[in-house]
Amino acid sequence: MPVDSMPVDGNLTAELGAFDAEAVLAEKLDRGELTLEITPGKIAAVCAHLKTACGFERLSGVTAVDRYPSEPRFEAVYHLHSVSRNERVRLKCRLRGDSAEIDSVTLVWRSANWYEREVFDLFGIHFRNHPDLRRIMLPDDWQGHPLRKDYPVRGYK
Amino acid sequence: MSDSEASAVLAAPPDIDAQPESVQPRRMTLNMGPQHPSTHGVLRLELELEGETVRRCRPDIGYLHTGIEKQCEALTYQQALTLTDRVDYLAPLSNNLCYCLAVEKLLGIEIPAVAQWTRVLLTELTRLNSHLVWLGTHAIDIGAMSVFLYCFREREEILRIFELFSGQRMMTSYFRVGGLALAPPRGWQARVKTFIDSFPSKVDEYEDLLTNNKIWINRTRGVGYISLEDMLDLGITGPMLRAAGLNWDTRKTAPYSSYEKFDFEVPTRTENDVYARYQVRVEEMRQSCKIVKQALEGMPSGPHTADAAKVVLPERERMKTQKEALIYHFKIVNEGFAVPEGEVYQVIESPRGELGYYVVSDGTSKPFRVHIHGPSFGNLQAVPKLVEGILLADVIASIGSMDFVLGDTDR
Repeated sequence: MPVDSMPVDGNLTAELGAFDAEAVLAEKLDRGELTLEITPGKIAAVCAHLKTACGFERLSGVTAVDRYPSEPRFEAVYHLHSVSRNERVRLKCRLRGDSAEIDSVTLVWRSANWYEREVFDLFGIHFRNHPDLRRIMLPDDWQGHPLRKDYPVRGYK
Repeated sequence: MSDSEASAVLAAPPDIDAQPESVQPRRMTLNMGPQHPSTHGVLRLELELEGETVRRCRPDIGYLHTGIEKQCEALTYQQALTLTDRVDYLAPLSNNLCYCLAVEKLLGIEIPAVAQWTRVLLTELTRLNSHLVWLGTHAIDIGAMSVFLYCFREREEILRIFELFSGQRMMTSYFRVGGLALAPPRGWQARVKTFIDSFPSKVDEYEDLLTNNKIWINRTRGVGYISLEDMLDLGITGPMLRAAGLNWDTRKTAPYSSYEKFDFEVPTRTENDVYARYQVRVEEMRQSCKIVKQALEGMPSGPHTADAAKVVLPERERMKTQKEALIYHFKIVNEGFAVPEGEVYQVIESPRGELGYYVVSDGTSKPFRVHIHGPSFGNLQAVPKLVEGILLADVIASIGSMDFVLGDTDR
């Protein structure tokens, strides 16, 4: 089966290591997909570097995974895509449940605006410096964040 | 009022055209949607108008949020598949395919050639189906009434083909993890052949109505421009990018489901307006037709499901005679199948652009997390950039050229 082109030689990690040695916490190549775990505080800088110096001109999406009840509870997940290199990479930041906050990457890609709003709405992760952090799917007065694991799938309040 | 004051007023009647400098031209806020027919679903655009010119636009989405991602977590992998049809109701099979590919990648199972080719064939028919609905409704928005009737005539035949394969016209759930739900039905080749042989002449008919139509050209040419840099930055994908000259189609750059074995071209234009997007999609219909023809003529033979007893339901006959088959059937239906731990982001080219499924498994029989990245979500985000500064009438043409589906946006 052809693999959705992901870098397999690990040169991206080297490129990022040269940019900031402390940025990448771990790297994993699984099923042909590269995942880099990034220090949460450096996500905006890493993304800016990947966009300007490594050719990742597109942000394919932002989402999150809730690992409740283990800590750090949240994983913020960024899927980056380079049309010119025909490569994809996944960035991941682990966030604690009591301080689910991370820098916004809207200054790097404007498309992050709605993607981050969705994560804020459904997971309750706060994006610092986001220009318009409001709920996007649910009504403004909604209580709770449905995609959290401690939010029930069905039932009445 | 004294006489002198009254005569002063009469002597100098107020100049009704003069306005103090502080008064700005009057702005009007107009709600377009969520029930406006040309928003194709429940999209609300808050437009600030100065006369007929749109000065500010705020899209408001979420009216169709159904919590599909949350529901997937409560179902087994095979059950969750039926929800993916409902994400993008104009391209259900594209969503089926993307989800299946993601889960199959997690499972590491090989899909037999028949299933792969049938998937290509039906996904391309889905592309035709989606583009036909787009063309019909887009034309009706701009005022060309009859195209709609022609498009739906052909769409009906496609839906009948889906019904022949799966028993369902729209929410087919025909692709399953591990292959197909049923073996392709007897006589499908003749039905698909009749349709696909006549389809190019039908596309000619649509083109006769529109391509050189003066009104169509006036309404679409030079309308809805947005630079390629802005598009990439704002998350637009699919035919819109190709109408701006970027030759990027996931079917070519990262082929899946044996697309690499098919001979087709990726149409592009450089004008980057509504008309160019129309041309790209019409050409895509012709190319899809070519792919369907190849799939029809070169269809391999063999089983339609993978050789994975723990994932694929056994044949009915084997269940009656073999104890093992009966046990597997019981286990798959009751508990589902366990998927090895891991995460996968599978991307395919849906009719609207880049469709991505991010599936995380924790080793159980239910997905830990399913994230659906619908192309319409990225595309819609660019609406303000597209429509601010243009005339209200052109808003209809511009957003029509994006071809979004709100189910895909809100999920």
